[in-house]
Amino acid sequence: MPPSEHELRLRERLGRLRNLPLVGGARLSGELERLQRQIERIGEEATDEEIWRKVELARHEERPYTLDYVERLFDDWFELRGDRALGDDGAMVAGFGKLDGRTVVLVGQQKGRDIHDRVSRRFGMPNPEGYRKAWHAMELANRHGFPIVSLVDTPGAYPGVVAEQHGQGAAIARSQSIMARLTVPTVACVIGEGGSGGAIAIALADRVLMQENAIYSVISPEGCAAILWRDAGQAKKAAAAFRPDAVNCLELGVIDEIVSEPVGGAHIDPDLAARMLGQALRSSLADLHGIPGDDLRRRRRARFRSLGVFA
Amino acid sequence: MAKIDVSVETNDQPSSPPSHPNTCPSCHSHYRDDELERNLWVCEQCGHHFPMRARARIASLADPASFSEEATELHSEDPLGFFDLRPYTERLAEAEMKTGLADAMVIGRAAIDGRQCELAVMDFAFMGGSMGSVVGEKLSRACDAAADAGMPLVAVTSSGGARMQEGILALMQLPKTVAAVEDLHDSGQALLCVMAHPTTGGVLASFATLGDVLLAEPNALMSFAGPRVVQEITREKLPDDFGRAEQNLRYGQIDAIVPRPELRPTLSRLLRLFNAPE
Repeated sequence: MPPSEHELRLRERLGRLRNLPLVGGARLSGELERLQRQIERIGEEATDEEIWRKVELARHEERPYTLDYVERLFDDWFELRGDRALGDDGAMVAGFGKLDGRTVVLVGQQKGRDIHDRVSRRFGMPNPEGYRKAWHAMELANRHGFPIVSLVDTPGAYPGVVAEQHGQGAAIARSQSIMARLTVPTVACVIGEGGSGGAIAIALADRVLMQENAIYSVISPEGCAAILWRDAGQAKKAAAAFRPDAVNCLELGVIDEIVSEPVGGAHIDPDLAARMLGQALRSSLADLHGIPGDDLRRRRRARFRSLGVFA
Repeated sequence: MAKIDVSVETNDQPSSPPSHPNTCPSCHSHYRDDELERNLWVCEQCGHHFPMRARARIASLADPASFSEEATELHSEDPLGFFDLRPYTERLAEAEMKTGLADAMVIGRAAIDGRQCELAVMDFAFMGGSMGSVVGEKLSRACDAAADAGMPLVAVTSSGGARMQEGILALMQLPKTVAAVEDLHDSGQALLCVMAHPTTGGVLASFATLGDVLLAEPNALMSFAGPRVVQEITREKLPDDFGRAEQNLRYGQIDAIVPRPELRPTLSRLLRLFNAPE
C-alpha cells in the first residue's frame, strides 16, 4: 500500500527535525535521544479545535504563573527589583535562587492572580522598565557565571503611550542583543502565552522549551483576525491558520523540546506541573553545563540565524 | 419597489476620500511623477516626505553605477500553507508583480560619496515592508557581507512589522537579525540605521534600533505598537506626534532627524567617521 499523504508529510518533517543544527555538539548522544523522544510527539498534530483549546488553556486564569513555579522550584529565592533608572515593573520579575544547589538567575513575565494584582502587573505586559530589569538580572548572571532560566508568559509588550516614549521597541531589541552576548547557559520556557516581541525579548536562549499547552506566536489570534479578516471575532480561524501550538513550533525548529503537563492542563495540578518543568529545566541546564561560554554564544547565534524558510 | 440597502457599502467607506498617491496628504499640493522624482519624493511646498521605493532610495544614496545587488535569488516560501481571505502565495505573487521586487528588502554593495558600504533598503510597497524569512535572511547576509568586506552596513527601514503569514517563523526573524547585528558588531563594523515612515513592530524591536547611529526621516512613525492599538487598549488620549520621529528625538530614542535631501551627505560624513574604506 502506498504511504498516505499524511505519512509522507510526517516523514519529511522528521527528516527536517533530524537535520536541525544541534546545540552542544559534545553531548551528541544525549541530544539525539532527546530529539528522538520529541520526534515521537510529532504524530500528534493538533486539529483546529485542539489548537483553540490550547489557546484557552494557555490563558486559563488558574494556570500557574512564573512566581508559582519559582516558589515550587527555587530555594533561597531573592527577588531583584527595579530597573535602576525609572521604576519597578511588576509585569516582569527577576531574581535568583538555588536550583539543585546551584545559583540560577530567573527572569519572567508575571500575570496577576486577583484583580488588583492583575492591574498592577498589567496582565503580564511589560513596559521598557520591565525589560531593563531583565537586562540587569541577566548581566548580573553573566558577571558571576550563573545560568539563566527565563519563563515566558505574556500577551505582548504593553502598548502604552509612555511605553512608546520610553522606547519599547528599542528595549525589546536591546534585551535580545544582551542575550545574544551572554556567555552563560540560558534556557527559556514558554509557560503560557508567548506573545510576539514581548516574549522573544527574553527567549533568545541556548535551549528553548515550551509547555504542552502553551502558545507562541507572532501576533495574538485576535490581532491577526482583526487585521487579516477585519474581524477580531475570527480569532479561532486565525489561530488555526498560524498554529501557535507547541507541536507546530517544534516542527519548525523554533523550540527544542515540549514539556509535558498534567492531564487537562498545568492548572489541574500545579505541583506536578512544577515537577515536570523542573525536570526539563534541570536536564537542559545539565546538557549545557561545562560548554565554554564562547561556544555557547556562537552556537546560540548560529541557531537563531538558521531560522526561516525561503527558496 | 424594493428598497436597496447600501448600509454595508457606506459603512465601509473610509472617513476621508482616498487621495491620489501624488497628492501631498499634508498640504494637498499635487505633483507629476517626474516632479516628485526630481525632488526625492519630498513635497516642495511643505516638506512632507512621500514614501520612497527601494530602488529610488538606492539611486538617491549610492554613487552612480556603484550599487551591485546581492541575494537576488531569495524568494519567500509558505511554511504554514497560510490562508486568510486569500492564500499567502497569491499575496506574494501580487506584491512581486506590483513592485518588481522579490521581497521587501534589497541588499548589495555600494559606494556613498566614494566610501564603500553595504546597503540594506526596505520597500514598504511590498506587503507593507513586512519582515518574513527572506527579509531576515537578507539582513543577516548583509551583516556578513559588511563584516567580511570590512565596511559599515547602512540599513534604511520602512516596515509595518513582522509578516503574520509566516507565523512564528516571522517572529524568529527578530532574534535572527539581532544575532546577525551582534556578529557584525563583533567584527568591528558599524550599523547605521535610517528609519523612514513607518518603522514599527518587529523591525523597530530588532535590528532597526540596534544601530550605532540612529537617524529618522521627518515625521516618520516609529512605534512598537501602532497608534490604533495603543488607543484601543489604553483608551488614553494620544499626543499629536505620538510615535513620530520628533517625539522619539525629544525622548532620547534617536540621534537625529534628517530631511531626505541631507541624507546622502549625512551618511557620507558618518562613513568617514567610521573610517569606511574608499
